[in-house]
Amino acid sequence: MSAGNPTGLSRREFLAVSLAAGGGMLIGFPLAGRTQTPTPLPAPSAFIRIDRSGRVTLILPYVEMGQGSYTAQAQILAEELEVALDAVTLQAAPAAQVYASPILGEQITGGSFSLRGAWATMRLAAAAARTMLIDTAAQRWRVRAASCRAENGRVIHSGGRSFSYGELADDAARRPVPAAPTLKAVDAFRVVGQPRKRLDSPAKINGTALFGIDMRPDGVLHAMVQACPVLGGRLVSVDPAPAMSVKGVRQVVKIDDAVAVVADHTWAALKGLRALSPQWDEGANRNLTTADMVAAADAALARTGLVFTNTGDVAKAEASAARRFEATYRMPMLAHAAMEPLTCTVKVADGRCDVWVGSQVVGRAHKAAAEAAGLPPDSVSVHNQYLGGAFGRRLETDYVSQAVLIAKQVKSPLKVTWSREEDMQHDYFRFHNHSLVSVAVDSTGQPQSWRHRVVAPNIMARWFPGFQKDGIDLDAVDAAAGPYDIPNVVVEFTRNEAPAGVNTGNWRGVGPTRNVFVVESAIDELAHAAGRDPLAYRQALMSKAPRARAALELAGRESQWGTALPARTGRGVAVFEAFGSHLAMVAQVNVSRTGHARVERVVCAVDTGIAVNPDIVRAQIEGGVIYGVSAVLYGRVTMDKGRVQQRNFDTYPVVRMNEAPKIDVYIVPSTAEPGGVGEPGTSGVIAAVVNAVYAATGKRLRTLPIDPAQLRNA
Amino acid sequence: MPYSINVNGAVREVDVDADTPMLWVLRDVVGLTGTKYGCGVAMCGACTIHVDGKARRACFTPVSNVGSAQIRTIETLHETAVGQALQRAWRELDVVQCGYCQSGQLMSAAALLEANPRPSDDDIDMVMAGNICRCGTYGRIRAGIHLAARYLNESTTGSGQ
Ligand code: FES
Ligand code: FES
Repeated sequence: MSAGNPTGLSRREFLAVSLAAGGGMLIGFPLAGRTQTPTPLPAPSAFIRIDRSGRVTLILPYVEMGQGSYTAQAQILAEELEVALDAVTLQAAPAAQVYASPILGEQITGGSFSLRGAWATMRLAAAAARTMLIDTAAQRWRVRAASCRAENGRVIHSGGRSFSYGELADDAARRPVPAAPTLKAVDAFRVVGQPRKRLDSPAKINGTALFGIDMRPDGVLHAMVQACPVLGGRLVSVDPAPAMSVKGVRQVVKIDDAVAVVADHTWAALKGLRALSPQWDEGANRNLTTADMVAAADAALARTGLVFTNTGDVAKAEASAARRFEATYRMPMLAHAAMEPLTCTVKVADGRCDVWVGSQVVGRAHKAAAEAAGLPPDSVSVHNQYLGGAFGRRLETDYVSQAVLIAKQVKSPLKVTWSREEDMQHDYFRFHNHSLVSVAVDSTGQPQSWRHRVVAPNIMARWFPGFQKDGIDLDAVDAAAGPYDIPNVVVEFTRNEAPAGVNTGNWRGVGPTRNVFVVESAIDELAHAAGRDPLAYRQALMSKAPRARAALELAGRESQWGTALPARTGRGVAVFEAFGSHLAMVAQVNVSRTGHARVERVVCAVDTGIAVNPDIVRAQIEGGVIYGVSAVLYGRVTMDKGRVQQRNFDTYPVVRMNEAPKIDVYIVPSTAEPGGVGEPGTSGVIAAVVNAVYAATGKRLRTLPIDPAQLRNA
Repeated sequence: MPYSINVNGAVREVDVDADTPMLWVLRDVVGLTGTKYGCGVAMCGACTIHVDGKARRACFTPVSNVGSAQIRTIETLHETAVGQALQRAWRELDVVQCGYCQSGQLMSAAALLEANPRPSDDDIDMVMAGNICRCGTYGRIRAGIHLAARYLNESTTGSGQ
């Protein structure tokens, strides 16, 4: 990356340098990406503080939910500021509108945005601070700044004398902000690009890391909650007596759609809850089944949608095609099933409300808590904790509002915990997604046109209205045409909402997870129909996607693509661009005579731009792959009589150690801006596995998850 | 009724119903929150503790069943040689992601290594299949167990010389 200003903004417009409270230097900057220059210019959302002892604190609006972003961001700062990585302390910013991610417009950790938002502006802010520290030292010594350098938290003169940053910080804070601070050249990086150890590991291996569920404010009581089992239903009445006779139970609390039992400990609360027989108004969904929702999505497939992409002339290409390929793909409803069930601890007292929670959207959690408490926002504090996984579930704040509504009725601080069953049955589900793909093919089997009708809910209309265009959910159509040279393309969005009361939301890998399955399945079918090798077929169509193609070639080599495999074993490939990263995956799958698919190995090649911490990149891809393998093998939430039928990990199985494939991640060296890596592992592996099942059995599965019955003796 | 239990070397009095699982006794009554709730039905392993050195799911171990047994939780795992080796390996390989399942993973792995100092991949699968990790750290857990076994082996051969 060349030196200069990657944001397109001049530093005066976005850097705010001041004396820190208690002395030292405070540099505020927005976490803006270069692709979207926001107007008006954003307020600072992250801060670097250099105190008089030389300690550096990075205050970030993000939370650590397992993706290692804290560590990677500390690396970027250490690099550009010229301090040791262990000299940097990280602090999560409290919730406030000022801590807003300008890519997404507010405080959100999701969609692999954390690092992408930080890269450009944090480097520039740190480079400005470094320049100001050097200038301060040069002035004190009355030498030219060019004769000084910054190194390991000190400014050093060519003659050998030096000042620590702490000694310079107060004066540096008073200097003018430099017009064009020079960024370090990529080839001079010594911290960025290194597999440094995660900063959060130690606390997470000795039981001291505190998650939302671990909060114990003085006098805390414990509640378990049950919402109406029919989604969207209401509580009519409940006799508290059976719960009150359980030892340790203190109170039964009713809210509009749920009942909670408050007790001295969680077990008493759970026993109390199980003893109750609430009367529910089951509402409009009392007869809802999965078959109804699948039929509705199928019906939507016949409706013309809003046109998102329209290039070339698809109708003309179709009219002159040698053949037409048409296929429908169906994806089920999915739960998130993060390891830590939803939980929120609340203290309402003296006109104030304190909330301890693990949230991906701290600003929204704050707003939700204030509304539920009926208090002005500045009487509410949200204390964000480690998240025991999120995968999109903790982008919602329903569990925060609910906990506040319950806690308001209780005199003591209250921890509300959802049972695993409650967590699974009252999710913001990934909803049924169907797709219709229609491709015109010439006599050699080359695609001449691509038509993809995306049937999905418009999640963004509710969750983030700014990420829509003319009524189209821009996430739902992300990566819906693939990285291929196809001259004529139409992508349509046909909105299909869940019945009211069935909540739908973002699920790991979001839009690309649905679309890469569709695109990479269809391309695979086209390759086989043309009698071509599926990898070579893709490669020949990727002249405009050199980075993805290079990843494809690397994954092919490392997976020994094309070499012989045992019977009923096959390799499948997927290649795509999403979240600013370019990936290819090859899955190797064995299918037993009984139809059981075993994912043996997954080779991933990733071009994510500069891999700030390559080991964290690998870990994120590995984790994304496992999450996707769980989905392709098992993931399905079904409903009957308006109730979710899955309850726990017996009925919603996930991949375990004995089923975990060997995963090899290869990183393509790159000097481009970093892309996201938390999501795409999940997005790619589903298609790779389905394509491998085809290679192993000759059976094409267009409906997820894999149905062993269809593979028996196939 | 009150029970007297022995947790991490200290005797604790807890006044709860007989069927109260150790998970909630530890977390809510004793105040040791390192042991995690994941499923409540012995299907995820997040709550794994040691009862007289054996791995047990705390969510399925009623307080009335433990008697005077020695209970160890993640908070004192580092007091054992196996625990130290595992924690060192976990850091060396940066196993954790969100970290929520890792107390249980480490407790299961420790019981495995105590019983079988040189486990094969199949041995690891057999024991560790009871511990879910939704962040997908399985490959690193497996490598971490092998690495810890190596550390332990090196230190025993070292002290013997
Ligand atoms: S909480 Fe005990 S095994 Fe899941
Ligand atoms: S590290 Fe998150 S569940 Fe295992």
